[in-house]
Amino acid sequence: MGYTAGSYDVIVVGAGHAGVEAALAAARMGCSTLMVTINLDMIAFMPCNPSIGGPAKGHVVREIDALGGEMGRNIDKTFIQMRMLNTGKGPAVHALRAQADKFLYQHTMKETMEKEPNLTMRQGMVEKLIVENGECVGVITKTGAEYRAKSVVLTTGTYLRGKIIMGELMYESGPNNQQPSVGLALHLKELGFDLVRFKTGTPPRVHKDTIDFSQTEIQPGDEKPKFFSYETKGSDNEQLPCWLTYTSIETHEIINGNLHRAPMFSGVIEGTGPRYCPSIEDKIVRFSDKPKHQIFLEPEGKNTSEYYVQGLSTSMPEDVQLRILRSIPGLQNVEMMRTGYAIEYDAMVPTQLWPSLETKRLPGLFTAGQLNGTSGYEEAAGQGIMAGINAARKVQGKDPVILNRSEGYIGVLIDDLVTKGTNEPYRLLTSRAEYRLLLRHDNADLRLTPIGYEIGLIKEDRYLNFLDKKAKVEAEIERLRAAKVKPSEVNPLLESIESAPIQDGSNLLTILRRPEVTYEMIHTLSPSEVELDEEMREQVEIQVKYAGYIEKQLVHVERLQKMEKKKIPDTIAYEDIQGLAIEARQKLSKIRPISIGQASRISGVTPADISILLVYMEHFNRVTASREG
Amino acid sequence: MMLSDTIAAISTAVGEGGIAVIRVSGPEAISEAAKLLRSKVKLTEADTHTVHYGFIMDPQTQEKVEEVLVTVMRAPRSFTMEDVVEISTHGGVISVKRVMDLLLQQPAIRLAEPGEFTKRAFLNGRIDLSQAEAVIDLIRSKSDRAFSVALKQVEGHLSREINDMRYTLVETLAHIEVNIDYPEHDVESMTSEFIKERCSKVISQIERLLKTANEGKILREGITTAIVGRPNVGKSSLMNALTRENKAIVTDIPGTTRDVIEEFVTINNIPLKLLDTAGIRETLDVVERIGVERSKAAVEEADLILLVLNGAEPLHEDELALIEGIRRRQVLVLINKTDLPQELNREVLRQYFEEGQIVELSVKTRDGLERLEDAISRLFFGGKLESGDLTYVSNVRHIALLKKAKQSLIEAYEASDSGIPIDIMQIDVRLAWEQLGEVIGDSAPDALLDQIFSQFCLGK
Repeated sequence: MGYTAGSYDVIVVGAGHAGVEAALAAARMGCSTLMVTINLDMIAFMPCNPSIGGPAKGHVVREIDALGGEMGRNIDKTFIQMRMLNTGKGPAVHALRAQADKFLYQHTMKETMEKEPNLTMRQGMVEKLIVENGECVGVITKTGAEYRAKSVVLTTGTYLRGKIIMGELMYESGPNNQQPSVGLALHLKELGFDLVRFKTGTPPRVHKDTIDFSQTEIQPGDEKPKFFSYETKGSDNEQLPCWLTYTSIETHEIINGNLHRAPMFSGVIEGTGPRYCPSIEDKIVRFSDKPKHQIFLEPEGKNTSEYYVQGLSTSMPEDVQLRILRSIPGLQNVEMMRTGYAIEYDAMVPTQLWPSLETKRLPGLFTAGQLNGTSGYEEAAGQGIMAGINAARKVQGKDPVILNRSEGYIGVLIDDLVTKGTNEPYRLLTSRAEYRLLLRHDNADLRLTPIGYEIGLIKEDRYLNFLDKKAKVEAEIERLRAAKVKPSEVNPLLESIESAPIQDGSNLLTILRRPEVTYEMIHTLSPSEVELDEEMREQVEIQVKYAGYIEKQLVHVERLQKMEKKKIPDTIAYEDIQGLAIEARQKLSKIRPISIGQASRISGVTPADISILLVYMEHFNRVTASREG
Repeated sequence: MMLSDTIAAISTAVGEGGIAVIRVSGPEAISEAAKLLRSKVKLTEADTHTVHYGFIMDPQTQEKVEEVLVTVMRAPRSFTMEDVVEISTHGGVISVKRVMDLLLQQPAIRLAEPGEFTKRAFLNGRIDLSQAEAVIDLIRSKSDRAFSVALKQVEGHLSREINDMRYTLVETLAHIEVNIDYPEHDVESMTSEFIKERCSKVISQIERLLKTANEGKILREGITTAIVGRPNVGKSSLMNALTRENKAIVTDIPGTTRDVIEEFVTINNIPLKLLDTAGIRETLDVVERIGVERSKAAVEEADLILLVLNGAEPLHEDELALIEGIRRRQVLVLINKTDLPQELNREVLRQYFEEGQIVELSVKTRDGLERLEDAISRLFFGGKLESGDLTYVSNVRHIALLKKAKQSLIEAYEASDSGIPIDIMQIDVRLAWEQLGEVIGDSAPDALLDQIFSQFCLGK
């Protein structure tokens, strides 16, 4: 009953946050692209919290935008609240977080995709991959449609053998009662892929009109919102507040009294849940001395009364969930619209991937998103755009694009996954990055837009704007360096802000380095001849103020680069290398690192092993060279 | 590990007399050495392959530390094909150590890993291809040995102190991280005042540790030499004869040396750390058993083992077992009490040891002591003993890392005074945490994440 349904350059299976970025990137890079999804109404759906961004995650959205991806633009069009977090801390950890109108977000994304010339969208459930000569060359759907392609990207999220659990109730399902994907999970196992069982969860949703907001604290958005995309220059979106309340003693009593019905503790759940996103029952058991926990009430959109109850992720039975909700101040009379649940699903063991996100086992097959063991929309989208880019580059016969850990959080994320693997759903945290100060929210364009332009995702006009910004910032820093000042010229300013006066001549750059001096003050003292916009001024200030620390990290990065640039040939046979410790030999054979840098980050591989590997490679190269010579 | 940073190590045998050479190699070798050297020609302007007379200065106190000759070899005309500086000092352990300490306090310099100069020479094309295997063997054997030394130290007093300091820091770090990654979470904000307080606490702990190090209480150097044998064969008498002091208790009752006693001696200019052990034999006496356990540990740790046998008695089965256990190590067999009628069968010993390893002597009459000293010299200068004892090397490394950690914390402390935000202060606090981790060989970065999630209740 199979039939030939079409032939494409790239096929993307799935239309969540990873799938949409992968499909758009491939299509925009000139590849004829097909996106197949179980349900076209679920494009870019947010099955959990209606928000995007925050520390590390928000940085990823900026990076996606700097590369030419869609998430930043889409949330800028559809936010109902924008907040810059961590403003009291340094620039590296400033993080933008948006509340989304989740329905508008989906529809806007769907519209963007429908308008994309090289992109075809189809509803269907992929059950099998077409494998020829050890390579993946297409997919087959449940209805028998055979689509062929040069590369295939799987972004199936939590759908693989998905199972929803609420208390004693358990049934096969994808998120939000969507159809699960069972056939494809079994097929991947048949093909020899290692899958693990992970678990995540979501809290209940409640009706706005049954909340007593007077018992909660208001959490408004920023008066002057900033945006995720470098392209967004303004917005007239109306902002809605969130609300903060707390669990009560009664809440804790209800939970403690019903632990025997909690699947987390009765042993029903076999999947590994994330430590950073525990259910409320988990929090109360593990941190029993904490008298109350925060609960944020977040609107799910402008045209809906559903509210998301952040902090109350749970897989308790439905009746217990209702009692828990009603024990919380402000929710005494609340009406529950959707029940919270835990979901178990199959995920790929991510060490089966190259840093390009192509699978080692099946060339031509890429995987991205929650399927690779991560959690979060942003983590998924970050992988999605890279998988889409590299699937397209493969079609075009070009080398994959691999971001380093010093270039972006996306680089940190993918390197962690493919080098170390993960034994729980992986969430990005700023502390996972060694060079937090280099990977700032403000400089994502400086880090990645040249790459986005080179691969064809950033258009000419945007690139020219970028170059103009970069040049103006550099020129302004030079001007400040060259601008000599006498004590009489700056001391009035310094004294007015209780900063120590200078004794000898100095320059404006040195003055600006003082924590209490801002760029605005310097600008008032000595205006720049060229008009600098807010973004440029911010950039000048940060680059000057933190120059010492930035420089220190750059020196370190430069050294590490040398290790990244030492490529390990794919043909290397670790079992032949005398002197490697057994553990190192096994790990290296399994991960097959592409560079000495990656090899050195594998746990269990010691510096001595790396030295031996280097000596072996040098030996190998010289022997090869002498044979060829 | 880095491919091309700047490394330093003592490249001659640790001995007294003659000279000792410290080799520094890498891009910053010349500029960093120049910072410490007072000489006629500035090192950074010196021609390649020139020798300069001068003084190593302590940059903090501006005091003269050592009179030295410094050779500059610019890349690629050097052993490693990198910029190399060789500093020749008077050969004493103390003077080499002082210069080494100063070098390693420079942020750009770290102690070379085992075999690293040779490795670089090979990777940079200096060494012949046929030697690749030898280079690999060198790296493997030296680092395995270094690893076992490091492991031993992890169990000790030093590691307890370090773990304690690291806990203070990781707790602080976890708190900072939670404030950054969960800004809306109801965890109180970490203030820079609090970070300062934690930093100064650890700074004073490090200072205390460094002070002990200087007094030599925990960090001593020399070739670790264990004296082993059954009770009452004359171990303590031998020790006394070698040290010419009377510190160990000497009696005729078996088992009175209940603990390991350390003495430092130089024999033909070779520094030795002598460990006298309790007699190795099964015992029911609790106090003595502890001593025996420690003796076994001392044997494990030793670079050289002196097995003392009683020539006036036949070989005991305990001794045979002991010989089995140590025969593959560096051993000298001492047949003591040659002044008495001899009962010991020499033939059995020859099955296990070479002729040169067996020394006959009488500690009581002092006959044969010179032969023992010569045998030790032969082993040492024949290259069979580790020149540059690894305990010593790792101690230099420890001191350097402790000083670097202290410097990092001072920088964090000072940064807070100038109003730097906490996530920037965190950079130096984290660096200090990692540097302390290196002392005890613990560099698992995941420990911080584990701490965050066990210390704080987070989630959506």
